Amino acid sequence: MEKEIKILAIESSCDETAAAVVVNGRDMRSNVISSQIDLHTLYGGVVPEIASRKHIEKINQVIEQALSDAGVTLDDIDAIGVTYGPGLVGALLVGVAEAKAISFAKGIPLVGVHHIEGHISANYIENPDLEPPFLCLVVSGGHTHLVKVADYGEYVILGRTRDDAAGEAFDKVARAIGLGYPGGPKIEKVSHEGNPDAVAFPRAKVADGVYDFSFSGLKSAVLNYLNGCKMKGEQIVQADVAASFQKSVTDVLVEHAANAIEQYHMDKFAIAGGVASNGTIRQAMALMCEEKGVKFYHPSPILCTDNAAMIGAAAYYDFIAGKRAGMDLNAVPNLKLGE
Amino acid sequence: MKILAIDSSGLVASVAVTEDDNLLGEYTMNYKKTHSQTLLPMLEELAGMIELDLNSIDAIAVSGGPGSFTGLRIGSATAKGLGLALNKKIVNVPTVDALAMNLWGTDKLVCPLMDARRQQAYTGVYEFADGKLSALVPQCAVGIEEIIAKINGFRREVIFLGDGAEVFAEYIAENCSVPYSFAPAHMNKQRGASVAVLGGILYREGKAEDAAQHKPEYLRLSQAERERQEHARDFTI
Repeated sequence: MEKEIKILAIESSCDETAAAVVVNGRDMRSNVISSQIDLHTLYGGVVPEIASRKHIEKINQVIEQALSDAGVTLDDIDAIGVTYGPGLVGALLVGVAEAKAISFAKGIPLVGVHHIEGHISANYIENPDLEPPFLCLVVSGGHTHLVKVADYGEYVILGRTRDDAAGEAFDKVARAIGLGYPGGPKIEKVSHEGNPDAVAFPRAKVADGVYDFSFSGLKSAVLNYLNGCKMKGEQIVQADVAASFQKSVTDVLVEHAANAIEQYHMDKFAIAGGVASNGTIRQAMALMCEEKGVKFYHPSPILCTDNAAMIGAAAYYDFIAGKRAGMDLNAVPNLKLGE
Repeated sequence: MKILAIDSSGLVASVAVTEDDNLLGEYTMNYKKTHSQTLLPMLEELAGMIELDLNSIDAIAVSGGPGSFTGLRIGSATAKGLGLALNKKIVNVPTVDALAMNLWGTDKLVCPLMDARRQQAYTGVYEFADGKLSALVPQCAVGIEEIIAKINGFRREVIFLGDGAEVFAEYIAENCSVPYSFAPAHMNKQRGASVAVLGGILYREGKAEDAAQHKPEYLRLSQAERERQEHARDFTI
């Protein structure tokens, strides 16, 4: 029988304090997430200092819970994987310092994991058949990346956002139409009652980057539309604006993915990140993949949000490739994928 | 009794191990590298040099605030990770108290000053009586004028130390009416050994906490919380 390699993974890059135990990169034995969302809702978005303070309060409980849910102790752990970027530096530092201290005290090897690499790897957990190469679209509150996964740990970024991340656009538009934070789930919910063709919002193209995204123009278009209605004294239909905005984002994401699938002759396509749990986007992607005869992969919503199981999956492939982090591992808030 | 101590509350990073009345080793750095890059490598080096069996320590003492928010969290997360892995308790040592311990035994008043920005200091006023540290003004975050006024009121000679001593030197020269001096380089910044000694005293008094429960004492709200409170106040007036 294949030896089990057990990874304890820690994630604290934004506003979720998370720990998990993952075996051989695929078998999730525990996945504990302590969310701070209620706290940040008061401020209409994540406040870095508050997030960092919460991480330090919760981190030991979260790790202990992850170990106990998996029925293991630190003595059973082969390696510790920790997110060291990108993200909020103060938040990242909590996980990094904690992971290094445990690694040092127990003599357990340490692996530094890129947060986006984690999101992509979330797909490995529920899809035993998924192996590189494949194309992956990572869409979240902080990231919008179209990535060719050439091999485990080998990524080619085909496109990224030039301004706002897709999830950020959802948050800003949700605030503008009075839905509040977090915008993604709220827009999706209200869109069910709206007409996605009610308002013709632009599908932004980036002239010098075929696979790059831009969402700030779309956001401005929504704000202009709202202002226009106000000036004319017209009542806005919240559900219609939400649905039309969501449609515009979806169309752009689908079009980019479809073009890349063609150009790079991919037969597998995956989505990842918080926005990947949006049902409308999923359905549109599933339909596009079906039309193209491409197999479509997506994680469950709990693995789309920031979590540590995905970090454990990524850490496993880094670990067996011999990658190790030293005790001087630092948080890198703007870490690039593939570094 | 063996104490492993950590201080990363300010610009200095320091780790130390004491056993009863002996300092087994101390590693202190005041350099521009971030604590995240220095603290664990320093601890690793120190532990190797003194062949420390980590399981043999009784508790982890950490300088638990006030100080740089991020610095405090690097120290606290390190202490919490060690506590979790080794199943040891944490002693949360007040940062300003530990600074005052640097001047153990003086008959003068001791006033540590840490620059808290916005013309404020993390500070306190201490004396030693019968070999014990005692706070006349417990550690706090106040304007420099407030603490100097208090010191003037004590009418006793005072020694200043801490990274704020330099920052506020001009203000002190103009406003301090009692005789004063500044502590020299070997005792004027955070030291792991002082955290270890004070940590040992607190540990014997039963003031240790579970690693999971430990969190820094910032003495200040985050800016967002502060603004929110001020905002709420504006609306209630």
